[in-house]
Amino acid sequence: MGTPDPSRLLVRMEKITKRFAGVTANQEVDFDVRAGEVHALLGENGAGKSTLMSVLYGLYRPDSGTLTVGGREVSFSSPRDAITAGIGMVHQHFMLIPSQTVWENMILGVDGLPSVLPKRAIHDRIEELSQRYGLAVDPDARIWQLSIGEQQRVAILQMLYRRANILVLDEPTAVLTPQEAERLFETVRQMTSEGHGVVFISHKMAEVMGLSNRVTILRKGRHVGTVDTASTTKEKLAEMMVGQKMVFKIEKKISSPGRPIIECESVRALNDRGFPAIAGLTLSVREGEILGIAGVAGNGQAELCEAIAGLRRVESGRILINGADLTNSLPKKIIDGGVHYIPADRKGTGLVPNMNISENSILKRYWNKPVSKRGFIVWREVFSFARDLVSRYSVSTPSIGTPVRNLSGGNLQKLMLGRELSDSPKAIIAAHPTWGLDVAATKFVREQLLAARDVGGAVLLVSEDLDELLAMSDRLAVMFKGEVMGVIENPAGAPIEAIGLMMAGTRMEEAFASAGKEGRSA
Amino acid sequence: MRLSLKVEPRLETSRLLGLMIPVLSLVSALAMGAVFLHFMGVSPAKAYSTIVRASLGDAYGISETIVKAIPLTMVAIAVMLAFTMLIWNIGCEGQIFMGAIAAAAAVRYCFVDNRLVMFAIMFVLSGIAGGVWAAIAGFFRAKWNVNEIITTLMLNYVAINFFNYFIYGPWRDPTSLGFPMTPLFPDTARLTCYCGTRVHAGLILALLLPLVFWVVLRFTRWGYEIRVMGENPKAAGFAGMSYVKNVVLVMFISGAIAGVAGMCELSGLQGRLQAGFSGGYGYTAIIVAWLARLHPVGIILVSFLLGVLLVGSETLQIVMRLPVSSMLVLQGLILFFVLGGEFFRKFRIRIVTGGGHRASPEALKEGE
Amino acid sequence: MEILVPILTAAVRSGTPILYATLGEIVTEKGGILNLGLEGIMLLGAYAGFAVSYSTGNPWLGVAGAFCVGMILGLVHSFICVTLKGNQVVSGLAMTMFGTGASSILGRDYVGVTIEGLHRFPIPLLSDIPVVGPAFFRHDALIYCSYGLVVFLCWFFTSTRQGLYLRATGDNPRAADAMGISVARTRYFYTMIGAGIVAVGGAHMSVAYTKMWAEHMTAGRGWIAVALVIFAIWHPARAAFGAYLFGGVEAFQLRLQAAGTTIPAPILMMLPYLMTIAVLLFISIRKGKGIIFGAPAALGLPFFREERD
Repeated sequence: MGTPDPSRLLVRMEKITKRFAGVTANQEVDFDVRAGEVHALLGENGAGKSTLMSVLYGLYRPDSGTLTVGGREVSFSSPRDAITAGIGMVHQHFMLIPSQTVWENMILGVDGLPSVLPKRAIHDRIEELSQRYGLAVDPDARIWQLSIGEQQRVAILQMLYRRANILVLDEPTAVLTPQEAERLFETVRQMTSEGHGVVFISHKMAEVMGLSNRVTILRKGRHVGTVDTASTTKEKLAEMMVGQKMVFKIEKKISSPGRPIIECESVRALNDRGFPAIAGLTLSVREGEILGIAGVAGNGQAELCEAIAGLRRVESGRILINGADLTNSLPKKIIDGGVHYIPADRKGTGLVPNMNISENSILKRYWNKPVSKRGFIVWREVFSFARDLVSRYSVSTPSIGTPVRNLSGGNLQKLMLGRELSDSPKAIIAAHPTWGLDVAATKFVREQLLAARDVGGAVLLVSEDLDELLAMSDRLAVMFKGEVMGVIENPAGAPIEAIGLMMAGTRMEEAFASAGKEGRSA
Repeated sequence: MRLSLKVEPRLETSRLLGLMIPVLSLVSALAMGAVFLHFMGVSPAKAYSTIVRASLGDAYGISETIVKAIPLTMVAIAVMLAFTMLIWNIGCEGQIFMGAIAAAAAVRYCFVDNRLVMFAIMFVLSGIAGGVWAAIAGFFRAKWNVNEIITTLMLNYVAINFFNYFIYGPWRDPTSLGFPMTPLFPDTARLTCYCGTRVHAGLILALLLPLVFWVVLRFTRWGYEIRVMGENPKAAGFAGMSYVKNVVLVMFISGAIAGVAGMCELSGLQGRLQAGFSGGYGYTAIIVAWLARLHPVGIILVSFLLGVLLVGSETLQIVMRLPVSSMLVLQGLILFFVLGGEFFRKFRIRIVTGGGHRASPEALKEGE
Repeated sequence: MEILVPILTAAVRSGTPILYATLGEIVTEKGGILNLGLEGIMLLGAYAGFAVSYSTGNPWLGVAGAFCVGMILGLVHSFICVTLKGNQVVSGLAMTMFGTGASSILGRDYVGVTIEGLHRFPIPLLSDIPVVGPAFFRHDALIYCSYGLVVFLCWFFTSTRQGLYLRATGDNPRAADAMGISVARTRYFYTMIGAGIVAVGGAHMSVAYTKMWAEHMTAGRGWIAVALVIFAIWHPARAAFGAYLFGGVEAFQLRLQAAGTTIPAPILMMLPYLMTIAVLLFISIRKGKGIIFGAPAALGLPFFREERD
């Protein structure tokens, strides 16, 4: 590889166009990576960042455009070709085999290994790489036993193991605490100092400004511009990203919380593998407030939502809704008790993809009048209800007979929101409600949740987007390993470092003390 | 310039395509079947013409086809109901046998000399027998997630052995000269036959059931629940539907229908339990349900079509000395081609000319 | 001891076809493809093995022929499941129907014919060990091959690169694909190999066990093998244990009938099937308590790269 030459072009993509059935994900996009640089790829959800990188990694074939690696034009028909060309990618959802060990994952698809695996040599190489880049892992651990942060290290090592000199990191910090993210940046700096080129996909402005040398902005699948980070500002980047002056101010009235609506008392529950996921958690959400739940993914947030919605067995403790004990009640009873759950997994849990809009619209009320009478479904009523939802929540669709699998993420979420919020419910659980949505849809969802709060709803908001939580929540609880590390009143004014420490398992008092400020506890 | 095939998911399937695909699948399967028969040393032309002549050639042939279509339709409805909920009831064969055993027991132990009462008893008992037999597998599936494909299948073998136990043992007709069969039922326990053919009153049930279940699945709350649970069990739980309860219930009803089909076959047609009682209706019904795309009314049509094959295969056995199970070749092929056809319903294939996207010599080498 | 040895010997003999079928299915399922057509594949394997042995006089050619027939059927199954992304359950059922029908047409001239088949070949020294010797080392060579296959597969899955890639494909095809492993090629290859092994199981029945051909001679052993895969938690050594257990039940049942017991034959013949259900129930109840890992996570699901959420 020789000495790092900062101006050397490692990869060049020209006029890349990629269409999926009906949608153009990339339209004549240009992109390149030089040796020794961090090139950030910035854009909203759905702007086409991941698609562009999947083209680079050989997962998708572009409909047109050229790809040049090391000065030669290439065409990748599978990731194998990209790997051979020295390109590595760390996906947002890591491409790891949960049941296998770290070292087994390391050598997946690596060329030139003998058929009988030389375990000793593999271990040695993992050892060497993890020391060089500060990525400590136990080669014999199984992936499912590792935390998300450790899994990410494995995923990066996986790419270094196969000598990738261009590394694509797809939203790597979304799953990390601020401190873990800082450690990751150290690794990235080590790599660029050795002449690797790193592509950093993100929509977090601060990280992009802090880490990258150049930034390319995509908007709605098109290339908006490429700029040197040193010569630009956050505001300019934001404007290029959204296409207009960013008005990221949420109009929020002062909350006037009333009595508690959702109450969890020392709740314990297990995850799908039978290990404790919620460990004696106590919290309450009051009438007319939004309680945010922060935390690194996989610390029991999903299980908490499911436990409240009655979809997961509570091992011990109590859950009260509006004063009534609904612990381990039938989900139907909990729905009738006023709990409205907006799950993160829209197509997997919240909706039935192959059924149409009207059939999906009654999923949570099909046993109630007027849509159902004496055991029969009154389709006339269903249609009028569905039409009403579609127009009130501006779901754009050809008709109410369209299968929901054909709707975009934003429209899916609007439909679900309409179904859950249309009769001003008391208790609302929203899990990652803006995940994967564009700015307009995000704004719409946030406004709807605030509106539900303003008419007296108690909203439990789980999100991985700390900015969203800080802007939306009236109080913020931080979860770690199934416990609440503390509930922060007035989260918008709380120091980020303290929240970061809490996300890593420090109790609130201690976290605020070491962050140098005083916090008020609930 | 480079041509390549590109597979894309279809967003919508047109009605014409929806009708054409099963028809084309069927035709291709028969064509493929002809090739196979040829290589197996059987003249396909002779085989097919024998099948058609035997089953559709005259009024008697058609009536025989209807006789086969009766249990097929009923059992296919049973299969359809379970499949709608994405439960694989492969055990209808055993449920048919259990229904027949129960009906025979009714005749043997609580005979009433009144046709209506007798039928009410036989109907209820055979339904319960078949239903419970299926509900066992349903319960295991619901409670402990035991693979229902294997349990229902194993229960088939158990049921058939159970059946054999009775006809070889305690219920054997002492006057049968050692043949494994029970005595012939008295007339009161036989279904009416029409027009001097073997078409029996089960026909009414076979025509009624699809309509009933069409209404149930389309227009009732329970039907809606079943469909949601089949499409997305997680969403069903999210909506507060009880998967466990409904798996058992659906399996019970599915098994009950198959059991009643066994009763009709017994009392309408054969009049006694004897070896080889059901010629694989439980398996053939799976094809019927799939070919009809789980549509209750389509099932009537497809049952008739497969009735043609079944009647034909019995004639083939006599005329061309082919084993009874040889028609399974055609059935298997039909199923293969229906599966293949599904692909064209879900995906579209486009021929793409590689405009602007050139490949390097290296990549071309890699690509073959 | 007097009773144990013959039953053990018979257990190994009659368990071997099931063992081959189970091992073949494990190989297939490790890659994420569910093949429920074992019954049909075994029957066609039994037919092919018999017909080739009969016409060439060489039982080993018969076994090879059965393996090839199995590979072809595996090719059909993988074409439907991988390329056409069809429903794997239905394809397996179709395979069973097709195999049952085709073998009965093809075999109609062989009914009642016998062949010499594979001879017993006691292994010197080993066969003299008390109990173990007669039980395991006084059989035909195809049975010894199955011991080898069990050991080989255990080693193959854990210690070789190809075994690792195979498991990766079955556990997380997206990840395997992203790491440059060809999911389609892997699934095709191992579905074919697996089906070939299954067919050898059928061939053992006709070439070594009964030395004759009969319509539907496997009598549900293919389905028992499907259940045994779950029982074995996809582990070859446990598959051997399970297969011999079933062979033992069958041998016991036959012995009881021969001894003129008062229990009617049909009731005894239910035993293997009832036991399959019991075993499955036992495993599933334990799995429900979260003790077992090891099932290929993507079993039965088609893989399609360009699908986007």
